[in-house]
Amino acid sequence: MKRRDFLTKSMLASGAFMLPAFLKPFEALAINDITGHKNLVVIQLSGGNDGLNTIIPYCNDIYYQKRKNIGIKVPDVITLNDMQGLNPNLAALKELYDQGWMTIVNSVGYPNPDRSHFRSMDIWQTGSDSNQFLTTGWIGRYLDANRQTLKNPYTAMEVDDTLSLAMKGEYMKGIAVSDPNKLFQTTREPFFKDIVRDHEAQHLSEENLGYLYKTMIETYSSANYIQQTSKTYNVTAQYPATGIGYQLKNVSKFINSGLETRVYYVSLGGFDTHAGQQGQQGRVLKTYADAVAAFVKDLKQTGKLDDTLIMTFSEFGRRVEENASAGTDHGTASNVFLFGGKLQKPGIFNDAPDLADLENGDLKYKVDFRDVYANVLDKWLDVNNSDILGKQYQGLGLV
Amino acid sequence: MNNARQIKHLYSRAGFGIRFKELHDHESASIRKKVKELFKNSEADQHITVVTENIDLRPKTNDPEVKKKNQEDRNQQDKDLNVAWLKQMASSDAQLRERMTLFWHNHFACNINNAYHQQQLNNIERTYALGNFKTLLTAVSQSPAMLQFLNNQQNVKGHPNENFARELMELFTLGIGHYTEQDIKESARSFTGWHFDGKTSQYTFVPRIHDDGQKTFMGKTANFCGEDIIDIILSNKQTAVFICTKLYRYLVNDAPDQTNINQMADVFYQANYEIKPLLEYVFLSDWFYDDKNIGVIIKSPAQLLVSLTRQFYIDYHNPDVLLQFQRTLGQVLFKPPNVAGWPGGRAWIDSSSLMYRIKIASTLLNAGVIDFTGKATPEDEAFLAATHKQQFNVIKRTQAVPDWGRFLQDIPLDMPRIQVAEFMLEPKLNQAVIDEVNQAPDIKSMVIQIASTPEYQLC
Repeated sequence: MKRRDFLTKSMLASGAFMLPAFLKPFEALAINDITGHKNLVVIQLSGGNDGLNTIIPYCNDIYYQKRKNIGIKVPDVITLNDMQGLNPNLAALKELYDQGWMTIVNSVGYPNPDRSHFRSMDIWQTGSDSNQFLTTGWIGRYLDANRQTLKNPYTAMEVDDTLSLAMKGEYMKGIAVSDPNKLFQTTREPFFKDIVRDHEAQHLSEENLGYLYKTMIETYSSANYIQQTSKTYNVTAQYPATGIGYQLKNVSKFINSGLETRVYYVSLGGFDTHAGQQGQQGRVLKTYADAVAAFVKDLKQTGKLDDTLIMTFSEFGRRVEENASAGTDHGTASNVFLFGGKLQKPGIFNDAPDLADLENGDLKYKVDFRDVYANVLDKWLDVNNSDILGKQYQGLGLV
Repeated sequence: MNNARQIKHLYSRAGFGIRFKELHDHESASIRKKVKELFKNSEADQHITVVTENIDLRPKTNDPEVKKKNQEDRNQQDKDLNVAWLKQMASSDAQLRERMTLFWHNHFACNINNAYHQQQLNNIERTYALGNFKTLLTAVSQSPAMLQFLNNQQNVKGHPNENFARELMELFTLGIGHYTEQDIKESARSFTGWHFDGKTSQYTFVPRIHDDGQKTFMGKTANFCGEDIIDIILSNKQTAVFICTKLYRYLVNDAPDQTNINQMADVFYQANYEIKPLLEYVFLSDWFYDDKNIGVIIKSPAQLLVSLTRQFYIDYHNPDVLLQFQRTLGQVLFKPPNVAGWPGGRAWIDSSSLMYRIKIASTLLNAGVIDFTGKATPEDEAFLAATHKQQFNVIKRTQAVPDWGRFLQDIPLDMPRIQVAEFMLEPKLNQAVIDEVNQAPDIKSMVIQIASTPEYQLC
């Protein structure tokens, strides 16, 4: 065998071969440190999804009075119980619902709601009060709380090009990976190990330059692990050819290959429906439902559904009354959906929104979103919710 | 007196970086003179005119072939507009004007599927980039692009659409916490009737759909129209504070300094929102040149691409790569992620984007190869051998042609390497970078390596 062939082959056989020496301890620390292998997949619907046209209160006259043009007509509703039913574009979710793999939580919000997309998204991502400004996300603080045992950025992975505030802690942050192969190839440049060498102590300060070096070192190390591990599994299930379909297919690959990631984060936009809502919201709801249905059925097939919890939220719902352009303006409470094989109370968790008792035309929230988080943190991620949320929340019996 | 460091800093913030010759020949010039020069060179207001047709005006059709053609034409317009502006930023002498146009492009973030209207908005932002903020704000608010994006086109008497009113206060002027929900509702009524003519793309006020009843806005009650609302908002000094905070983070430092920002706001407010005196104040302030403000801002992807293109006189035979880079790095011009624009700062950097950023210099300057002669270990050699096989593909795909001759001829032959590195990087050099610089086999490799460092991501 020629020397060069030998080198190429051994490089392929061992990903660690190329690793700069100083990175190796960092790499070795975290292997097999994970307690349990439950996965949380968070799906964010960006733009403020109109919950009332998602889970339709089809038995409530007020709904049709307030929404003469955009109300979903009774014959089109996919009924779930005698109060609420699914938007017809969510048809793919009906099977999951019937199988007991879906929980719908109504009227989720928080006190003194903020109707700004950005502020409200920050509140949901950080888990703050509406008058409190936090610079770390709730998943980031989960990483911080576990940083003695879960040392790697890939403990929380955003399947996207950029990292959301939710994933950023004070000491730790998740990693954004839209394509593991592409990321890996980008890091395999011999020159990189020279420029990261000797920089640990010198530059890992809080300044932007330190931040750049730290990110580089973490990425170098993580990209190798993610690529090597995830390539051991091929997804055979069919997924819709959409952005979120592709993202969830990657999540399936990661989960099924045994990647030691606890939290995955995915988002889908297009829900800011000020005008022509029915067409626009219908399209994105269908994209969402078809991808989630494929994902859940795939996980059921591979035996991973019991270990996976999927949670979907949006930063707010919309005003109850439609506006003049067949759309809706920014509102308050909306639905949270959970999917998985181990739900405590599948079906519709609580009462339908009360359309007779509004505040300035908006829904009053009945469930604080942090009680949903608290339940997930306590029972699914095995951490005391007060360590993450700053005070003790009661939680709900969802999982 | 040698002002090289200050001049270089000024050009990295008020423009897209300085070329070697521009600095080398004028190191003793006073800051005042250089600032004056920046404004003088930006007097020209060169509009972008590559998009000549409003595709929305084509007849409605159900023919799938025609629909497909229309969509292709839209994509082509998007691309043409994007590339035209990137090239203009890189080549124009009006550096300060283009740099500020980029600021307003993010401040008035707008994402619509109509390149004709996007181009119109971009030219509005360029025309008033250094002018009066009120004039700029009004022109932007009355542009078809913004009327469409924030649904004021659908804001009519009796059924207000609040989208524009909310974002006007939250994102364009006052910032969150300085208005109430009631202020949004009442001002939305005042903006009814602000409309554009679909055929001519001209702003027009339509009295028929305007709500001319009494409105109570920020404690005042009258039959307000949209212009009145803007007057009231600007009379609140918080608007000056909000704009200056954002501008401080764009031009000075990510970490706001409230004292400096308040000084800026005083200047801006007293100048009736004239932008030029505000910028002059910043660029002539001692604190602008403080060590803590030099080399600490993370370049936006657009800035990174433009500054590389400008510095190395890069010619793109395949302009598609410019869009690919923007997508990969997380900033496609004219396609902000939402109405708040790109968050900027450390949000530009995550695992993926940083790796692509670091590779970008070698991709554009050397067909994807960071040259490594003389230093590779056996393992590296094997890897490089594998990489070199792909070099042809990279050349074929990227087709970026830097003018090395022009770049190198500016650099005096006897200039110490460390000094070249100091010129190229804003942050101070550390030992590891100095080692790299000294060990590089030739000046070209050295320059590519410097442009591939984390330091190069900062300005």
